[in-house]
Amino acid sequence: MAEIRVQNLRKEFGSFVAVQDSNFVVNDGEFFVMLGPSGCGKTTTLRMIAGLELPTGGKILLGGEEVTMLRARERDIAFVFQLFALYPHMNVRKNMGFPLLAQGMPKAEIKSRVEETAKLLRIDHLLDRPVSGLAGGDRQRVALGRAIVRRPKCFLMDEPLGTLDAEFRDLMVHELRELHNRIHATTVYVTHDQHEAMAMADKIAVMNHGVIEQFGTPREIYDHPATMFVADFIGSPPMNFLKFGGGLQKGAKEIVVQGAAVTVPEIHEDFAPADFALGVRPEHIRFDDNSRLRGSIYGTEYLGTTQIVAVETADGMVKARVPADIRLSVGEPVGLAFNGARLSLFEQASGRAVRTNAREGVQKGAAHG
Amino acid sequence: MADVSLRGVSKAFGDTQAVDDLTLTIKDGEFVVLLGPTGAGKTTTLRLVAGLERPDHGSIVIDGRDVTRLEPASRDVAFVFQQYSLYPHLTVYENLAFPLRSPARKWSEDDIKRRVLEVAKLVRIDHKLENRSTRLSGGEMQRVAIGRALVRKPAIYLMDEPLSSLDAKLRGDLRLELKRIQAELFSTMLYVTHDQIEAMTMADRIGILAEGRLVQIGTPKEIYTEPANLHVAARLGQPAINLLPADLLPETAPPAGTKTIGARTEHLTIRKAVNGHSDGTVDWVEHLGDQNHLHLTVGSRKLVTLTDPDTLFEKGDRVTVRLKAPLYFDGAGNRIAG
Repeated sequence: MAEIRVQNLRKEFGSFVAVQDSNFVVNDGEFFVMLGPSGCGKTTTLRMIAGLELPTGGKILLGGEEVTMLRARERDIAFVFQLFALYPHMNVRKNMGFPLLAQGMPKAEIKSRVEETAKLLRIDHLLDRPVSGLAGGDRQRVALGRAIVRRPKCFLMDEPLGTLDAEFRDLMVHELRELHNRIHATTVYVTHDQHEAMAMADKIAVMNHGVIEQFGTPREIYDHPATMFVADFIGSPPMNFLKFGGGLQKGAKEIVVQGAAVTVPEIHEDFAPADFALGVRPEHIRFDDNSRLRGSIYGTEYLGTTQIVAVETADGMVKARVPADIRLSVGEPVGLAFNGARLSLFEQASGRAVRTNAREGVQKGAAHG
Repeated sequence: MADVSLRGVSKAFGDTQAVDDLTLTIKDGEFVVLLGPTGAGKTTTLRLVAGLERPDHGSIVIDGRDVTRLEPASRDVAFVFQQYSLYPHLTVYENLAFPLRSPARKWSEDDIKRRVLEVAKLVRIDHKLENRSTRLSGGEMQRVAIGRALVRKPAIYLMDEPLSSLDAKLRGDLRLELKRIQAELFSTMLYVTHDQIEAMTMADRIGILAEGRLVQIGTPKEIYTEPANLHVAARLGQPAINLLPADLLPETAPPAGTKTIGARTEHLTIRKAVNGHSDGTVDWVEHLGDQNHLHLTVGSRKLVTLTDPDTLFEKGDRVTVRLKAPLYFDGAGNRIAG
């Protein structure tokens, strides 16, 4: 396995810039997820790492060796596509051994390699079964096995779970992560699904319009989004934004939203008067009759242990996640209070996060290392 | 709108029994969601009500009238499919007006206009009425598809996973909208999905389907807190319910015949062990952002529960685990009152 280093990587298709000067490092053995909406450049980045697309500029290093202009098959990587194609006329053992046979590996070695990999994936009891009769999950495991068996430098996966049922996808997410914990293969995984990213990644790059908006651990990205795009893209429901105006002073610990004073993490930079947004995660809201920030209940969504409550305020809808046993009725007036230490502030025009003491040490933007 | 009933309906395709002796009444103004995995018989049930399939046995009654042998067009139902199927050459307005232009209806242009505007506002697409349908985003297209069903006032709306092709954020928004629209119009709705969140958040009643059979029907709260058996218990809840052997934890006295104990987050009290005694260890705290999962090992079992965003538990912590009013199941998987 190996480290992947991407330097000033750029891709243009005619006048369209698909990827703009990306920089990131995937450490050896890390599970790295590129997350973003369709058209953000994540798949193009992956295809450049794979060698299926040549960059317009920049460098890709695999295990210290420059591979930028090498062909795909010269790169020693394994690419797992969205739709797994197995050879239907072969059994599991032959499907898994095929890439090794194609490399000209001796039979005995193929046998032991396939059996070892099958054990790792817990499909060793299926080795002599035809693939046509397998359940969906086992088919995915065989396809993964075929990629792992070669022991490539890294795995590249493009929405491998995209077509599955929600329930089955949850299962596979845990299985993929568990597998990663056992084999520690450097992995680059592309998805538009934030749950997959949060559940599996060591590091996430959130992409938008060809730009990496933030690079960090799932926790950093969720707790301290660098931009309003990231804050809105991650979380379900996403972060709420409450507008407020005026300037910001270094050292201030309070802002005024809709006439109500709100305690926030200490502000670390000065801003001239402009439009700002207070970012509040749904789970950091509670109902408090004494709060001057008012709204009325628009609807509730029962989720069993918790419920999502939509509250209509003077400044639009705010969604809160609260315990399911709180009884609320539509139209009921409520006061909103926040967990002050967990709030984010953004400058509206640029969308970037204001520096506060809660954010110190969090990496900003695309730069990494 | 009207009551819609399925009475002992069965349908087989070759050797596969897609729907097996299904009896269900959707009451006037009720939102019923059928929840089940792929192959449970959800879509076949909808198609049977719509008249796109004929049952092998049983009957379908809409507003007191047996429609089992009637063609789809004579049944007074509106169907929304998983993939929005709009007329690409028409504007949003014309797509919405289309069902009203059928010769049998004889609506005046004024009436059509009034109705289209009303519905466009309801599904929040009134600012794009003159756009071609191909110029819309996925979410807008699906809102038009839902709107096209809503312009008519049929006995029942039948919806087949209408949100499943949308991204997570849009799905969340439309969930709330669809429920609001249904409540405002007091429309009768039969909706099928494999997404437990959609079922929990929108349904007046959820019907759990498995292998063509209706296993349980009740309010989301009933299904969640009083599941009839292990199958139903495992369908709802994130993280999934923990299913434990009856004797896993000491100091519990389950009712006679208990084979399995079902424990969700709210059935467990987990504390850091203080004076030597512990039941298990923390494997890891999984930070999923909006939810945090606590993974534990107790004896030979792995447990997963929800935990506070600012939890103080750490990997390796020894903990005590106590049950409070969990769910009990017998050897056949059926629930026993606690």
